[in-house]
Amino acid sequence: MSTIAHTQKRGFAGTVWEYLTTVDHKKIAILYLLAGGFFFIVGGIEAMMIRIQLAVPNNDFVSAGLFNEIITMHGTTMIFLAAMPLLFAFMNAVMPLQIGARDVAFPFINALGFWLFFFGGLFLNLSWFLGGAPDAGWTSYASLSLASEGHGIDFYALGLQISGFGTLMGGINFLVTIINMRAPGMTYMRMPLFTWTTFVASALILFAFPPLTVGLFMLIFDRMFGSGFFDVAMGGNTIIWEHFFWIFGHPEVYILVLPAFGIFSEIFPTFSRKRLFGYSSMVFATVLIGFLGFMVWAHHMFTTGLGPIANAIFAVATMAIAVPTGIKIFNWIMTIWGGSIQFTVPMLYAIAFIPSFVMGGVTGVMQAAAPADYQLHDTYFIVAHFHYVIVGGIVLGLIGGAHFYWPLMFGTMLSEKLGKITFVLFLVGFHLTFFIQHFLGLMGMPRRVWTFLPGQGLETGNLISSIGAAFMAVGIIIMLINIVITQKNNVQVGRDPWKDGRTLEWALPSPTPFYNFKQLPLVRGLDPFWIEKMEGKTEMTPAEPIGDIHMPNNSFIPFVISLGLFIAAFGAMYQMDDKAWAIPVLVIGMAVTFGAMLVRSIKDDHGFHIHKEDLLEEDGKGGTR
Amino acid sequence: MANLQQNSNNPKASYEYRRKKHAEEMRMQVITFTMMIFFTVIAFAAVGAGFSKWFIIPFVLLLAVVQVIFQLYYFMHMSHKGHEAAQLFMYSGVLVGFITILTFLTIIWW
Repeated sequence: MSTIAHTQKRGFAGTVWEYLTTVDHKKIAILYLLAGGFFFIVGGIEAMMIRIQLAVPNNDFVSAGLFNEIITMHGTTMIFLAAMPLLFAFMNAVMPLQIGARDVAFPFINALGFWLFFFGGLFLNLSWFLGGAPDAGWTSYASLSLASEGHGIDFYALGLQISGFGTLMGGINFLVTIINMRAPGMTYMRMPLFTWTTFVASALILFAFPPLTVGLFMLIFDRMFGSGFFDVAMGGNTIIWEHFFWIFGHPEVYILVLPAFGIFSEIFPTFSRKRLFGYSSMVFATVLIGFLGFMVWAHHMFTTGLGPIANAIFAVATMAIAVPTGIKIFNWIMTIWGGSIQFTVPMLYAIAFIPSFVMGGVTGVMQAAAPADYQLHDTYFIVAHFHYVIVGGIVLGLIGGAHFYWPLMFGTMLSEKLGKITFVLFLVGFHLTFFIQHFLGLMGMPRRVWTFLPGQGLETGNLISSIGAAFMAVGIIIMLINIVITQKNNVQVGRDPWKDGRTLEWALPSPTPFYNFKQLPLVRGLDPFWIEKMEGKTEMTPAEPIGDIHMPNNSFIPFVISLGLFIAAFGAMYQMDDKAWAIPVLVIGMAVTFGAMLVRSIKDDHGFHIHKEDLLEEDGKGGTR
Repeated sequence: MANLQQNSNNPKASYEYRRKKHAEEMRMQVITFTMMIFFTVIAFAAVGAGFSKWFIIPFVLLLAVVQVIFQLYYFMHMSHKGHEAAQLFMYSGVLVGFITILTFLTIIWW
């Protein structure tokens, strides 16, 4: 196979097949973006339903049971199926280009990771149509989730198990890529901050997801096979689930926020036309946050009765995390200081991020004080805190990152005008929604409550909060319109569209060739493309002569492996109802998965080479693709 | 082999050097192998001699840890160059696992 096969135009079916079988990190990034974006919309609709229900006292827009399902699915969807895949989209799209690699280390595993996540998320969301969604909160505490009737919790446990496998594979893949596939001269201390945060977040995934896997298996066994890990009546301990969940759950917060920090650390220097202030301290702070992230999980459990010594240790460890985070905040401010600032849409998100995230961080330190947490626990203060961190940190990072990296991923530039409208609506809506919730919490409004009574001073606050949510929704709708218009016009903006790109990904032609780098670039320092520009060059200095490039073949097997587990999950779930077809379905599903793995193992697939002559010929034609 | 980088263009000198290195390594492997067998014998003997379980369990665990370290450093060549990333991740994993177990021992099953 030569390059020709990859450049010819495809029909619609051909494009679909290409994406179903692709192992190219840039296309997998687009798949993650589409799937994550879809689940983000689903989670957003759930959020709007929550805010409509709570807009006025004694509302009965949704029933109490349905409300529980909605809050559970809102949290689960947003964390596992929206925020993480969207970050994975940027990691896939940008990280290999930033380190000068031709793909990730294991392209096949990359595709498998995506399809596992996708089918896990699909399985979880099918619960809406198959007898009710999970209703024990996104934390699914065992004493509640074991008592939950119907199959909601089984959907939760099995769906997260499948998508968790995908995430774990993705994390390991990124680690191996960053350790082994950096271009000549790209030392660890020359890696862009987004690559660094991807690295640390992937390490956290590696260590944090196994506890979740174990916890979920215990939950599955307790519910489906009659074991008693969390059942006190059988000698189990329900607190163990909370520990496992938060040993995973707290690092998960940093898995999400660190890549967002990384995106901002790319946006600030680009639009300030200055190198990142305190690069090495940024790296140090990232790694330190990663380490400390594993030693603080019990601050979610202060009120379970761990005792004063444990509470004090975890309180102090939690407060310690504010130190590296503060280092980062000051470094970002110092990066902008004295820079030649351009207020583009990504830069606006980055600047808005600083105060928004600091507010979330400050309330975090307040809650870290264990005695104060006894008052704040399970109130709207907590809801306000974590939305300030997640929306003010991660979602602003995702939207800002989407505007920033859109030209890299699609070759087109999102409209600045519509982008600024989205920004204003979203930021105003965000603060309107969540700032007031601090006070609702301090007034005693409990978290996860279905409705509230009039005359308790909660009406105005809740109404303001709901109005803010509507602002955010309108902002997101305008962003979607922006995306549709931009893609319909399809004005290609070419290479280095922001003009001030500093890192390797902007040095590539647009659209990025499917082999990324014709010749691996020679990296001569931090911000390698900027260094070349300062010496009056327009391209990277190559580190190797043009030669054959080895590429992997597309494969449909990742899809089939994931589909098998998806089918098997239905069998595993319905066998507890003594359905006759359940066990055969489980067996068939597993047979599909293991059969596909067997095919993958015994069939040799050596990939193909792009020949030197083809590459040289492309040069002759002007190298448009 | 990939771990022993050639620093000299003189093939003869580099051959001599590698020979010496290999001989040294072989000696270490034989020594550690002997010690590992010795440790195993001691572990069995400790159980066979019928000491209190408060002595035997920590003692056997300690011997096991030493054996794992021998295995990693002398048989799996972790002492060589190029294993820094693997070491970092292994020690991080051990640390996370240790903190988890310590917490479970102290605040759940106290």
